[in-house]
Amino acid sequence: MLDPDSGLSLTIARIVQRLKGSSLHSQLERQARVSLHKPEIKLESLKEDIKNFLKTSGWEKKLQNAVYSELNVFPSPCHPAAPPEHMKEPLAYMRKAQGSWEKRILKSLNSMCTELSIPLAQKRPLTEQKELLNKWNEMGTDEPDLSLFRPVYAPKDFLEVLMNLRNPNYENGEQPSFRNHLGLIQVPLKVKDIPELKEDFSELGLNIGQLGIDDSAQVPPEFFENEHVRVGQKVLAEQDSAAAQQYVRQGCPTALRPELWALILNISNQPEDILYYEQLKSNVIQYDLLVDSLIYKDVKLTASNDDYYFVFEDYLYQVLLCFSRDTSVLEHFTYSSATPPKSYIRGKLGMEEYAVFYPPNGVIPFHGFSMYVAPLCFLYHEPSKLYQIFREMYVRFFFRLHSISSHPSGIVSLCLLFETLLQTHLPQLFYHLREIGAQPLRISFKWMVRAFSGYLATDQLLLLWDRILGYNSLEILAVLAAAVFAFRAVNLMEVTSLAAAEAVLADLSTLKVMPLLQIFLFATVT
Amino acid sequence: MSGAAGPPAGPGRSPLPCAPRPAAALQLSGGAEPARPGVAVIDLRLPRGAAADVQEIVFRNFYTAFLSVRVQRLGPAGPRRWVTCLRDYCLMPCPHTEEGSQDYFSLRRHQMLCDMDQVTAVRFILRQPSPVWLHFTIEELQIFPPGQKSPQKDFPSWLSQLTPPEQPASLHGELPDPEKVSTEVQQMWVLTEVIRARQAAARIGRFDVDGCYDINLLSYT
Repeated sequence: MLDPDSGLSLTIARIVQRLKGSSLHSQLERQARVSLHKPEIKLESLKEDIKNFLKTSGWEKKLQNAVYSELNVFPSPCHPAAPPEHMKEPLAYMRKAQGSWEKRILKSLNSMCTELSIPLAQKRPLTEQKELLNKWNEMGTDEPDLSLFRPVYAPKDFLEVLMNLRNPNYENGEQPSFRNHLGLIQVPLKVKDIPELKEDFSELGLNIGQLGIDDSAQVPPEFFENEHVRVGQKVLAEQDSAAAQQYVRQGCPTALRPELWALILNISNQPEDILYYEQLKSNVIQYDLLVDSLIYKDVKLTASNDDYYFVFEDYLYQVLLCFSRDTSVLEHFTYSSATPPKSYIRGKLGMEEYAVFYPPNGVIPFHGFSMYVAPLCFLYHEPSKLYQIFREMYVRFFFRLHSISSHPSGIVSLCLLFETLLQTHLPQLFYHLREIGAQPLRISFKWMVRAFSGYLATDQLLLLWDRILGYNSLEILAVLAAAVFAFRAVNLMEVTSLAAAEAVLADLSTLKVMPLLQIFLFATVT
Repeated sequence: MSGAAGPPAGPGRSPLPCAPRPAAALQLSGGAEPARPGVAVIDLRLPRGAAADVQEIVFRNFYTAFLSVRVQRLGPAGPRRWVTCLRDYCLMPCPHTEEGSQDYFSLRRHQMLCDMDQVTAVRFILRQPSPVWLHFTIEELQIFPPGQKSPQKDFPSWLSQLTPPEQPASLHGELPDPEKVSTEVQQMWVLTEVIRARQAAARIGRFDVDGCYDINLLSYT
């Protein structure tokens, strides 16, 4: 806990330091230098004139957006006495749980290597490199035999871990008592109740226009839509990230979505970004990693079988393979509870100067990982831009869905929020499902881990992700999961087994997310 | 105190030497079973006879919801007196849940209700109204005297270089010949291009070591 003043100066210091090393910094310097040749820059008022020039030429806006992006991504600074792991996760038992979960993953990966006797990473022979380069755009046509590979873990395994998570300082009696939660998650995190959520998501209120709702009786929907598109164009013309973020809370018009999301995530796809992507591509060509097979397998098992996403198979390989080689992803481990796996170059075991992270980005894909990328393929067709958007979405949001932490957007909090909402607002349903052995979280967990990707129709999914970006929070996922149960409550009250309950909730592709969210948050008597 | 391995104090900043006693829970006399009263006390005494001024108290919370601090001070001319300098300071906004439960806190002089000069002993009164926690205390307790660097200045050196004194470049006096400048601009442009290209190269993170990334197994440590 820092007092506000020192917290602010620390934040400012960190942002200044980070921006100093960025290409934006050198660009700004360059522009300032170039501006010296302009007649309106006077010597006697040099500083003010250059400031004015940077303002009118739009560079100030770029700087603002960069600062805003930093503020959105990085957590506020910790107390100076706190060790670095405190920033990753303040609760010691959560850090420990994440650590032992990682160890399990490492063991599983190592035993796969040993069983199949293949190394984790090796250089490709030149002929293979050429071959891969030639079929870069049609990697999906390749049908390697992956029957021996298995996903390192699936959401179901992860849920088992979260269910067994306990605070050792909490009275966890064997006997059921007021201290035990009735759901599966047993950690005492603070989650929001409906009044707090109503306040947070006030822009989703009943009397505020939303894209994704077209049932207004009094006003024709075009009235709001046309106006909303007009405002959206204005936001884009202004190139202001903060305004764009506020704007998407009411939903993005389809035509403007790619640009608005890029603006919020501060992705501009500059020539150096394209160069960076090409470099990643050449790293894919050079090195053969075991995780590539896991990625292949995952795409084949998930996206390739999906009615909406199978067409993007080739894009998915490109993005995910490049992602695994991207060392800039490692940066997110400063604020994530996870730690990247470590290894040593062959024959140099234990020598610190030969220690490396594996995979180079530190992220081991799990079953369903490719579904984080798939919906984005609808928005971006240029691989380098698609790639950057995905990477930014991952380091801002998606990593929280598969690591154990106490963060309000972390998967543990989402699970607890979901269970608490359901239990307080549909107690009978919750009790019924629990009694028949169909704990609601067993059904909804996979939706939340994948941020509903692959479960909702694409247009609905994008409307949902609009709100994730708009509120810079994943809590909406838990609210939607609870809303889906509320919507199907009548049918669910009649089922008598987990399988039957799963069948009732098997197909979410016909659901309209915005009406569900609105009704659950604002039209239910609390 | 279990936080024996506390964070190392930065150079130029050393806490007062003092050994806090372990937290003692409030007990009712005659109670056979140890009840959980929700109140505990940690006493901290400066070495015999010493009195010190206190600037800041730093600690890591462990499930304490509210904290009161009392200090024993040397009177201007008279016996030592106990005074309350902090009353029910909230460490956990919602005592039943985790928020703030393991966070680090600083209590500074200006937050206190009274002067913190000539202190001979400090008593921390810990309260935890929620019965769900088995144990509560505060750890890694450190007390800093004034006159030393405050923790904000204990940050890396780049922080202190944040706002360099404004030194307007002396442009008056002699200005270079515009002709000469324009010829040099070409060269500067090339240089900036070179620098830009180099920066891009620096950003491309290499994951191999000496061109090699052959790995067999993951390391468990």
